[in-house]
This record gives sequence, C-alpha cells and structure tokens, in this order.
Amino acid sequence: VKRLVGHLFGMASLVLTACVPSAPCAPAPTACTSSAPCAPASTSPTPSSTTIRDEQLIFLSTQFTPPREIDPFRRILRSAPVEVNFSSLDTEAFSNRVDALQHAGKVRISLVGGPHADLAPFQRTGYLEELTALMSSLSNREFPEPYRELSRLDTDQYYYVPWTRATYVLVVNKKAMPYLPAGASLDALTYDQLREWGERILRETGQRKLGFPAGERGLLYRFFQGYLYPSFTGSSVVEFRSAAAELMWREFGEVWKVTNPASTTYDWMQEPLENDEVWIAWDHTARLITVLKQRSDDFLVVPAPVGPKGRGYMVVPSGLGIPKQAPNRQGAERLIAYLTEPEQQLATLCELGFFPASGATRPEKLPPGLQRLVKAVAEQEATSDGVLVLPLIGLGARGSELNKVYLDTFSRIALRQEPIPPVLAEQGKLLQDLLNATGAGCWPPDSRSDGPCLVK
Amino acid sequence: MPGEVMLGREQERTASEAVVPPVRRRRALTPYLLLAPSVIFMAVLFAWPMLQALVLAVQDVDGSMSLDPLARMASDVQFGESIKNTLLLTAVVVPAQVILALVMSLLLMTGLRGGGLFLYAWSIPLGISDLAAGVVWLSIFTDRGYLNSLLVSLGLSETGFAFLSYEHPLSLFLAVAVAETWRATALVMVILIAGLQVIPKDYGEAAEVFGATFWQRLRYVTLPLLRPSIQVALIIRTILAFQVFAVVVALAGRSLPVLAGEAYNWYGSYRNPNVAAAYALLIMLFSLANTGIYLRALRVRDEQLG
Repeated sequence: VKRLVGHLFGMASLVLTACVPSAPCAPAPTACTSSAPCAPASTSPTPSSTTIRDEQLIFLSTQFTPPREIDPFRRILRSAPVEVNFSSLDTEAFSNRVDALQHAGKVRISLVGGPHADLAPFQRTGYLEELTALMSSLSNREFPEPYRELSRLDTDQYYYVPWTRATYVLVVNKKAMPYLPAGASLDALTYDQLREWGERILRETGQRKLGFPAGERGLLYRFFQGYLYPSFTGSSVVEFRSAAAELMWREFGEVWKVTNPASTTYDWMQEPLENDEVWIAWDHTARLITVLKQRSDDFLVVPAPVGPKGRGYMVVPSGLGIPKQAPNRQGAERLIAYLTEPEQQLATLCELGFFPASGATRPEKLPPGLQRLVKAVAEQEATSDGVLVLPLIGLGARGSELNKVYLDTFSRIALRQEPIPPVLAEQGKLLQDLLNATGAGCWPPDSRSDGPCLVK
Repeated sequence: MPGEVMLGREQERTASEAVVPPVRRRRALTPYLLLAPSVIFMAVLFAWPMLQALVLAVQDVDGSMSLDPLARMASDVQFGESIKNTLLLTAVVVPAQVILALVMSLLLMTGLRGGGLFLYAWSIPLGISDLAAGVVWLSIFTDRGYLNSLLVSLGLSETGFAFLSYEHPLSLFLAVAVAETWRATALVMVILIAGLQVIPKDYGEAAEVFGATFWQRLRYVTLPLLRPSIQVALIIRTILAFQVFAVVVALAGRSLPVLAGEAYNWYGSYRNPNVAAAYALLIMLFSLANTGIYLRALRVRDEQLG
C-alpha cells in the first residue's frame, strides 16, 4: 500500500500542476450537412503541417476565433489558390501583433481580416495598403454601398475589401406558434408581444420558454447595445440612463420573468433550442445555424422585435486588408478575390453562419433552414423604421469593459432586482469614465461627437 | 508524509558522514547544486510573474502607478459577492473534506478486504481535471440531468428541479460544494493515509491494553499524531479552495461569482489585466493569512514529526 500511496501522491502533484483554469470546452463543429452543395469541393487537400513555410501566405484574423469556427474556415481555405496559414487572435493580441511587426519593419503577415472596428485603427496609423484598384477589379462582387463606404474609412480610397457581415435574429420553435398573441405578426413582432408570448406559454404550459445567451461566453451584451437600447431609446450609449431607458429596463424585467432561468448558463442558443429547453431565442446567426440546418422543419427565423423607437438591430461588418510591406501582396489579392467569390461567401454562411458582404450571392442554393435565415435578415435590414447599430470603435482593448457595463446593469436589474434608477446612474458613470479614459467618440446610431461621447 | 521521512533519513546520513572533513566541503555544495534547478525554475516561472502581477495590481492601464485597479475591484458589483461565495465555499468544503477523508483513510487502514480497490476508486477524482469534474457534475445537476431524470422516474417531481438556477441560490451553492468536495477529497485522503501509515501501531495497541475505546484512541492517540498531516492537508486544501474556479464556472457560470473566476473574467473577458492582478493579489493575501493561522493554530512540536 505504501508504494501505491507514493504513486498516488505523485499523481496528485501532477494533477495539481495540470489544473490551470481553462475555458469551458466547445462541442465539435457540425459540417454543413445538407443535400445542397454547401462546402466548396476541396480538390487538392494541402498537407496539414503546422510549420510555416516560405511560400505559405500568413493570414491573421480576429474573425473565427472560437475553436468550432476555425476548422470549418480552414476547410474553406483548403481550396484557395494560394497556400494559406490561417490563425486567429482576439482583438488586442491581433493589434499588438500587427503594431509590433510594423514597428520592427519585419511584416510577415500578408492578409489581415476582422470586423470593421478592428481594421479601422490601422488606417489611422498608416498600416494598411490602399486597395482601390483591387476594389474596382472586384466590381462584380456587388458590395452594397454602406459597406463600401465603411471600407473607405472616411477617405475617398478603399483600405479593405468587405468580407462578411454578422447579425442577430430570433429563432422560434414551431411548437411556440399556437401561443402567439392575437394580432401579432412574426415580421413585425413588438417587444410587448414578445413578453405576452412568453407569458402565454408560461400560463398554458407552466414553462418559461424564452431564451437569451446570458452565459459566461454568451453575447447578451450585444442584445442590449444593438437591439433593446436602440429600439426603446434610439440610442446605444447617449441615452443609457434616460427615462426611456428606465422604462426599457422595467419592460425587460417583465420579459426576463418569462425567460428560462437557465439562460444564465447558455452561451450558444442552438443547443437549448435543439433540446427543447427554450422555444424562442435571440442570438448571433453563427450560433444558430446548426439547428437551422439539421432541423429546418421545426424552426422559424424571425427578425428582431420592434420597440417604441423602431427596430434596433446590429450589423458587424468585417473586411480583408493588406498590411504595408506585406511579403506576398499578390497572393493576398488572389486570396481576397477567392474569399469574396459568391460560392465561398455562401460556403462561409453555410459553414459558419457569417453572412456574405457580396451582393452577388444566390441563396437559392442554400439548405431551406438557411434560406429562411437569409430572408429574415433581409427583412430585418429592410424595415423603414430600422435603427442600425454599428459596433463601437475607439475603445481599443477596453471595449470589453464597455460590454461589462451592460452585463452588470442586466444582472443588477433583472437577476438581483435592484431598483432601476440608481443602478443606471452608477453604471452610467462607469460608462462615462470608460469613454473619457479612451476618448472614444459616439458611434451610430448616436450622432458623432467631437470629444468623448457623453452619456446624458 | 513519505517526503518527510526520507528527509529525516537523509539528515541522519549526512550527519554520520560529516566526520570526514574534505568530503564535507564537496558534500556541502551538492545539496545546493541539486536544489538550483528547482530554485531557478521557481524564480523564473513563479516568483518573477508573481512580482509582475503585484506591480500590475497597482498600475493604471497606461502604466503609471495608481490605486485605480484596487478601487475598481473594490467598487465592482461582483466584488462583495465573490468574496462571500469564496469564503463560504471554503468554510463548507474544507471541513467536509477533512472529515470525509479521515473516515475514508481510517477505514482503509483497518485492512479490510478489498481495501486496495477502494483506495483506487476513491482516488479516481485525483486523475480528473477540475473542469472535467465540473462537467461531470453538470450532467448530474442540470435541468435534464441524471438527478432530475431520477427524481421524475421515481415520481418525486413532475418536471424536475432547477438545481443550478440563480433563482435557487442554496441548491446552486450546495451543488458546487458537493462537486468540489467530491473532486478534492481524494487529495486530503492521500495525505492522511500517508500520515496514518507512519504512526507506529504500538501506541494504539498500548492504549487498547489499557482499555481505551476506539473513540478514545482516535481522540488521544491517532489525531494528535496525525496533526502534521492534517496541517499540511488543511493548508493545501484551503489555498486551493481560495482558487476554486473551473467547477464553479462549469456548474454556475456567472450566477456564483468567486474570486478566481472574477480574476479570470477581468483578464479574459473584460481585458483589464490590472484589475485581474488586483484580484490575484487579494487571493494571495487570503492564502498567506490563512496559512499563518493554520501554522499557529496547529503548531506541531518536534517530537510529533516522527
């Protein structure tokens, strides 16, 4: 027994050293399994060596960082005209890396990709090649003007090529349809009706079937920044502690009462939708596509609800840029052309749930569940009373602290049921401190400010 | 502990060999040379990052000295909650583990048949990462988990009970406490078994001859002699309890904030390493204070070192 104890002791110390905190694991990704031709045919699979060879083009991105997104995206890159070494980093590490390489004058990255907010700072520091010629050669991609305007970064030249856009919608299980309040239509659902819908389901089934991604890695803060606030106040930041915001939080408190309390553990809503824990869920399109692909007959896609100030919705456009002194500019241009091809744009939607930036795609080829998603997103973007929210720019690494302000406001009001006005006053002060510390100006839908954005 | 026993023999040997002076000088250097790799390793990978973290905790985001991170930590909505939860968890889990482990190791020491099998079975949690342990218990306690399936099939509940909901803070806390107890009791047990094994049987037998009952032997013979092991187990377990993280994250998410979880969130999710370092500093202070208390309260006299 003594020897055994010795072994166990050794084992214990090994375990102790091995137990570093790690993020909750993500389940394996699901390939686009449908009869429709989703994935591009990978004709010549490249060897899966991880060493960087000279001829490989290094592509660094802040898009597709979750493990379950990297693999599907690498599959798309496999049939690219150039051999690509793709890696993804979070925003801060990404900008640090690009900064350091530019300073050292040893740029090894040929292509950078990421949301508009991640690329915009590089233009100011002069790190991005101007891509106007490439944009005109890609005119058949039919990028919509709003995205073209963004990619000019307030100049009259193009600095990146639109790549994808991401947005958020509601997915509804057909089992919830019998409880839809009288007079409500799915295309113009109001937040009031959403609450009534949840209340009716609770009354008649005894269960709370609304769901929000309020878990550790969920994107609930985007719901407040891009959906609830603009729908109720027409603003995302400036009206943070206004009377309209107080009313909004009171209403949301009622919605939360008919929301499945397990929502605080949900990160990706496709999972609770799939196992029937919730019937109505709001989330990022990329976090809903599995259920839409695999059980398209059971689910509907609904545009975001409408509030007193219109239909607030958020679009996160992303682009592809070429850093100055890139070692393989030609290859990078060919890769941009490849990734913006309609087929690859559709593959990105099908595999990853990120929408095409190109207007030349033909969604008829998609599986039915995804066609429904495309239709709902188009409706969401086409409404006349839409309030478009773009993700913030200018907070740099502290953008995540901004998200915390919204999340803390939510936990205090909805979970701990603290009185609304003092919570808004305190959190509003934290918000203002952040804006002052970073000097970030207002961003749409709030009108531009000269200095730091001011919370009323 | 085996380690202590070996150290004792080592000392004896060097003492007996010390009479030969020329060898002595070379010998005197050898322990230091042997220790050097671990000292360098600790300095580079432990002491240095710790110093960096200390500095980070009193720096503003732009690098100037400031108490802002500490102030931001102390004024945060999750701060009070996370201290309360961490201390409560420690207060519930550590005593439960020591008592359970004591019972388990005493049982194993009676030499009952199949004891080896039990030792293996009870040690299984040692080989499982804490996140994996959290996920295992999640599958038990979650809304449609094993426990609820059992309750429903036994007709004790219609739709099950939401053990992990923020609406039921008590069951949430107990679920985390049970999972945490299960995960780390084996560690305490291993330390206590090692301690029990070096207690000479004669003491217990002598007490038995004088008519001491089992409880009297436990109270007046075993426990006092086991004190060094209990001290080690308590220190290690309490320090680890202050760092409790993965099991809580897996079972409770944001609903049960704890100190290490907040440090992780500030570093990973809110990207503010300064406030994260402030939390780390706080955990270190707690651990230091607690180790000091244990060392004083459970002071071990030399003759008890075996």
